[in-house]
Amino acid sequence: MTDTANNKSEFENELAKLLVSALNLDISPDEIDPEAPLYGDEGLGIDSIDVLEISLAITKQYGIQLRSDDENNARIFASLRNLGQHIQQHRTK
Amino acid sequence: MSADQAVSSIPLLRHKAHGATFAWRGGNAVSAARFVAEAGALAARLPEQKYVLNLCADRYRFAVGFSAAMLRGQISLLPPNHTPDLIRRLSLHYPGLYCLSDGAQGPVMLPTVAYPDLSGAIAPTAMPEIPAAQVAAIVFTSGSTGDPMPNEKTWGALARNVTAEAGRLGILERNDLTLLGTVPPQHMYGFESTVLIALQSGVMMHADKPFYPADIVARLNAISGARALVTTPVHLRTLLASGLALPAVEQIVCATAPLSRDLAAQAEQCFGAQLHEIYGFTEAGQVASRRTALTDEWRTFDGLSLRRQGEVTYVSGGHVAGELPLNDIIELHSDTTFLLHGRTADLINIAGKRTSLASLNHHLNAIAGVRDGAFFMPDEKDGETARLVAFVVAPALSNGEITNALRQRIDPIFLPRPIVRVDALPRNATGKLPRASLELLLRQSRGAEVKDIK
Repeated sequence: MTDTANNKSEFENELAKLLVSALNLDISPDEIDPEAPLYGDEGLGIDSIDVLEISLAITKQYGIQLRSDDENNARIFASLRNLGQHIQQHRTK
Repeated sequence: MSADQAVSSIPLLRHKAHGATFAWRGGNAVSAARFVAEAGALAARLPEQKYVLNLCADRYRFAVGFSAAMLRGQISLLPPNHTPDLIRRLSLHYPGLYCLSDGAQGPVMLPTVAYPDLSGAIAPTAMPEIPAAQVAAIVFTSGSTGDPMPNEKTWGALARNVTAEAGRLGILERNDLTLLGTVPPQHMYGFESTVLIALQSGVMMHADKPFYPADIVARLNAISGARALVTTPVHLRTLLASGLALPAVEQIVCATAPLSRDLAAQAEQCFGAQLHEIYGFTEAGQVASRRTALTDEWRTFDGLSLRRQGEVTYVSGGHVAGELPLNDIIELHSDTTFLLHGRTADLINIAGKRTSLASLNHHLNAIAGVRDGAFFMPDEKDGETARLVAFVVAPALSNGEITNALRQRIDPIFLPRPIVRVDALPRNATGKLPRASLELLLRQSRGAEVKDIK
């Protein structure tokens, strides 16, 4: 099933729900555009404290430890889609 | 500044031997002599100005930049954030202000000096001495009008402060110990507990600022010999919850937000460390510490003492110039021991960044289209970062427009989450907004969602 409004895959929808609940965001998971930037001044506007919260939730849910010296780190948080791809490639559970 | 007259000058570095390691950077040791050489070489290249905003993200380069500025008699500004609005205000108040950057930070609206290649620097024969009474830094608090309030710090006060801290931690002259920090050097806590303490206690600094739990663990594991971790409750909580094998650490230093005894005890056990929590405030610097796992009671640094007059507690002695009031709710046990019962209502501290409700409310109400507005800080849970709520009367603006306008003016960490739209604020007869009324308003705004979940 895909969300046609936002064109999110099933896994991206699951991840959007995880973000909203981990960060207590004031929006519905449906409102997260899978292509919009997560970090910084546009899009979701999450900050570094949020990124730590997300990393913890991702570790618990999917068994992945994020690393900032991973050269892909900036790309991973560029959008929900990129984050989802990274998790699906590296998940251990 | 009577204390500064006791000694006329203080060496830049306390490392006894020129060959002693001062820093670890990219896996390489940087000697004390090399550091002094690079500080001198950079000093010669700085523009002829009085004020510098040092945005070097690399902790070692920040330390070189800070030292170079002092050697030239220049003052490093440490503002609470780097928003366009604050940079503009600073450049008006501090003519000629320029930025020293190692490229990690995005561009700022200031003349910028790029951190140069200093590999050809030659060490001077003598350790530089800096006059104790020289103003080395200006640290800012958020004023209620949006203009930051400056606090001048002399080199003598800064050096004495961190010497007292190192004494309390028992790490003076420990040239076998490496300090790894998860906090930026531009923040007062990181400035004191990772930069100044390395300059003045003889320990080694690590240039990196690891972020994720896996980064922190990897950096700690790569340090040969004794190590100490300078961090925050948020990082500690994520480290402990990461499921990673945590390496042995001799000391943990924690500040920026209250830490519970449980979390402290867990950290001590998992790292095999002693954990010291530091209490301080911008005007006085560091004031006291505690072994949080063992006691709730804070003990002032050597030389500092407290006095109560009426409702207010004052601190004096040591590195503190004169006598300064503590803006917190203090239960005094003796002139050197106390309990902290929270910050006074107006002060906001999120993840170590400080501001005041008055300042935030000023910025909110300065937005065109905002008829009335008020920020509200919910109670914080251990190691979790509470976020501000803003109640706003602004029929013509969207939440996105309000957020974007605020982003130009306040640190992003203080952006409201959520913005609650109301028709009017529950102001009382004197125009004030009692905390209880705002709590009720927040509960009402969440009412619909909460009902659904229950």
